[in-house]
Amino acid sequence: MNETLAHPGTRPVATAGLAGFLQRHGAWILALAVALVLPWLFYDWSRARHSGFVVAMLSQMSMMAIFALSYNMQMGQAGLLSFGHAVFFGLGGYCTAHVLNAVKEGTFWLPTELVPLAGGLGGLAFAMVFGYVATKQRATAFAMITLGIGELVTACALMFKTFFGGEGGVSTNRMIGTSLFGLGYGPGIQVYYLIVAWTVIAIALMHLLTRTPLGRMANACRDNYERAQFVGYDPSMVRFVQFTLSGFFAGIAGALYALTYEIVTFDAVAGAMSANALLMTYIGGVGVFAGPVVGAVLITLLQSWVSLLSNSWLVYVGLLFILMVTFAPGGIAGLIAMHDPIWRSKRLGRLAVPYARVLVPGLIAVAGFVLLVELCSFLTIGAAQGKSFKLSGLTIDPQRPGAWLVGGALLALGGLGLWREGRGFRAVWESLMEEIKAAGRA
Amino acid sequence: MSDAAIRLSDVHKSFGPTPIIMGVSLDIAPGERHAIIGPNGAGKTTLFNLISGRLPVTRGRIELYGQSIDGLPAHRINRLGLSRSFQITSIFPRMTVFENIRCGLLWSMGYRYAFWRLLGRERRLNDAAERLLADVNLESRRNLPAGLLSYAEQRALEIGITIAGGARTILLDEPTAGMSRSEANHAVALIRRVTEGKTLVMVEHDMSVVFDLADVVTVLVYGRIIASGPPAAIRANRAVRDAYLGAVAS
Repeated sequence: MNETLAHPGTRPVATAGLAGFLQRHGAWILALAVALVLPWLFYDWSRARHSGFVVAMLSQMSMMAIFALSYNMQMGQAGLLSFGHAVFFGLGGYCTAHVLNAVKEGTFWLPTELVPLAGGLGGLAFAMVFGYVATKQRATAFAMITLGIGELVTACALMFKTFFGGEGGVSTNRMIGTSLFGLGYGPGIQVYYLIVAWTVIAIALMHLLTRTPLGRMANACRDNYERAQFVGYDPSMVRFVQFTLSGFFAGIAGALYALTYEIVTFDAVAGAMSANALLMTYIGGVGVFAGPVVGAVLITLLQSWVSLLSNSWLVYVGLLFILMVTFAPGGIAGLIAMHDPIWRSKRLGRLAVPYARVLVPGLIAVAGFVLLVELCSFLTIGAAQGKSFKLSGLTIDPQRPGAWLVGGALLALGGLGLWREGRGFRAVWESLMEEIKAAGRA
Repeated sequence: MSDAAIRLSDVHKSFGPTPIIMGVSLDIAPGERHAIIGPNGAGKTTLFNLISGRLPVTRGRIELYGQSIDGLPAHRINRLGLSRSFQITSIFPRMTVFENIRCGLLWSMGYRYAFWRLLGRERRLNDAAERLLADVNLESRRNLPAGLLSYAEQRALEIGITIAGGARTILLDEPTAGMSRSEANHAVALIRRVTEGKTLVMVEHDMSVVFDLADVVTVLVYGRIIASGPPAAIRANRAVRDAYLGAVAS
């Protein structure tokens, strides 16, 4: 569950050289390969065009991965619950938009590839200012102050037009013609690969940070700030430095946002964006370094894909969040990590049948729930939009009771099955754990 | 200048209207092993909290090697060479035993808030941590999360963290509380060994530990010192017997 547990003091005897590097970072390299190849799987060869939707979604996932990881530098690693992290994302974005415009006008020269650094430094500078106030406190007081900062900056974004551009935001143009590689950055795919490059750099740096004296003391202050004081550290200073660096990476994510959309509005600093960071990080898992990346991918998928299919996608995100907090506080990465001992003792196969038995009623319950939510949605929003509810060619009338009864029955049946099978699953899980413990003692 | 490691001058502490420490003055010489004893509620832990900066004094003066430390935050006092353990075990439970020890070393070895150095590559630091791990006999528990250690092991780890920074003055708050006889004997041997040449101040309830380890014993009763001197003199002291030791004996 804890990052520090995965990296005991000095490294275990590892295979040296390239082979060792590949072995240790296999999952990351695989993820990178997928990120590089994926756009080409959706390439339209007949028209020689990339799928704009897929490239945009992947770009969003990538920048959100940085954003969520930077949030976890506070939440998971330092135990700081922030409600205003978007401030540094958005301000990084605004700074980038202004820098892009200045380079375009010839005020100064900066290669396009290094523009995200400007966003990062913007995020860093603002994180120093706001962090000075917020990190004097911890726990609830810290959370309240960050909430206040978020509201304050959102209000400022609508008041100070020179910097924030008012409600219309700041428009920019990423084609500033200063690429080091002679790229125009007109096509989204070029920007996507720039984002991937920066994501690799940012993830590597954030990962290395967890192994530094600062990273370790951030964990220490999270676990027991008083003890940290009595080994000579000022916990508020640890929080401040960690917060500031976290702002730097959030700023880089904001810069990539500005490069992608070529406009930054107050939405980028607002509460919904901060909540997004929290949702992605928590659903992905705060206790494992890679957790927030998983969350960023999943939530972005819901946002860009499920939102096309349904008006009520936010209901599903909200429900997922509640379920995770209640049943899997370690997030998805935490759930995966729980299987590690079973995987290593080669007993994972024994879970296949129990999983299938939970999955069937689970899917039935989800189907019932989705049907009910969609019926509600078509009764209100859908009717207003003049849409009709179609399910594989069948038109469903939300005014008639039939579909409602089916939805309710599915939900009740699935829920009942889930409750029953869940107990069976737990019994199998616990006996497996006992077995592994016994094997470990022998 | 003062030649005392710790000098308390007329120290007072009240929580709201309730006085807890009522005018304590005490000199603790460098290298001394000083035990503070007294009945429950006498203010022993409060006195520790005042010296270590966990609580501010209401009135009076506290000096560490002649330097006034009252009003300083705890981490500043720690950096001046005073370290402490807690009555209720205070470690980093989610980190490994090795990480706990290493965290204890970081500041004193000058790492401060460095975010540009990788812990795994700092050989001098890691060697020091390994040595300290051996000193407190926890090598076999090296990679275990500290929260999973047995109670006695956690106490030993806390002593390790406390002495890691190389402080000249060590405050231990009931280091053997809750231990079995043999565990306590081990702990006393450990404390004796790792605090060699340092000033040691401890709060302790176990009289055999006190008379085994201490050069000087101070008896605190209801916020006032009623006696202070070598163990033999304390044992013979009439007022102490009436106020405290007698109650234990009978």
